[in-house]
Amino acid sequence: MRPDESSPPAQTSTHRSGVVVHHERGELESLQNALDDAMTRAGYAKSALFAVRLAFQEAIANAFNHGHRSLPPETPATVDFSVTPSEVFIAVQDQGPGFKPDAVADCTLDENLEVPRGRGVMLIRAYMSDVRYNDKGNRIEMVYRRGNATS
Amino acid sequence: MPASESRLRVRRQDSVIQVEFIDRNILDEANIQLISEEISRLVDAESSPRLLISFANVDHLSSAALGALISINNKVRNKSGQLRLSSIDPQIHEVFVITRLNKLFQIHETTEEAMKSFA
Repeated sequence: MRPDESSPPAQTSTHRSGVVVHHERGELESLQNALDDAMTRAGYAKSALFAVRLAFQEAIANAFNHGHRSLPPETPATVDFSVTPSEVFIAVQDQGPGFKPDAVADCTLDENLEVPRGRGVMLIRAYMSDVRYNDKGNRIEMVYRRGNATS
Repeated sequence: MPASESRLRVRRQDSVIQVEFIDRNILDEANIQLISEEISRLVDAESSPRLLISFANVDHLSSAALGALISINNKVRNKSGQLRLSSIDPQIHEVFVITRLNKLFQIHETTEEAMKSFA
């Protein structure tokens, strides 16, 4: 290498779309690791990785456990993600009938504290900067912006 | 379940069952199910269980893990037992605060403090 040549810049942005995932541990871990690696390359802090990992896990769990409840277990979901130095975008789409996120009971009310389920959606909202669903309710799109309140 | 498949380190001290997780990430539902069943068996074997769950090795958990903890808490309380949680990483503690589960569980900074709190 000549002295005036420099190494290529580290890849700080990663985009993947239409990733087909099954409810299979190895496949999901591999996708999670790809997301973690992309965020690390883009310079995100450990707290950001924690937040996004939690939100991603909850979205995946909702897709397979609720969205696909009445579908064959091998039915796949689709994931898109995009990591840039300023934000992380993740979309998870299942093939289920959809749900109404606003109809999920508030798990922080005293009378619901001892109910074992129903905290995934609120954790996603707490840790991500922006969360929206399609009209059908079978696709979640979420954004984590650098400098998010929880990071 | 054979001991080699256990996802927990379990020991007894002063009639308290102390449980630690082997896994750093308590996210995977199949794994959570195994952990939950294992702890439930420990609780079932006691007449008035005194259980301390330490999160010393845990980096991540999910809402499914919180659900399992709530079920264990209900089970312990139904047997007039006591449950304490300890050694929770600040990031994970924030999850308990966001969900207000810090109001449901008795959480202590260290296992020593948690041990002292048993009646």
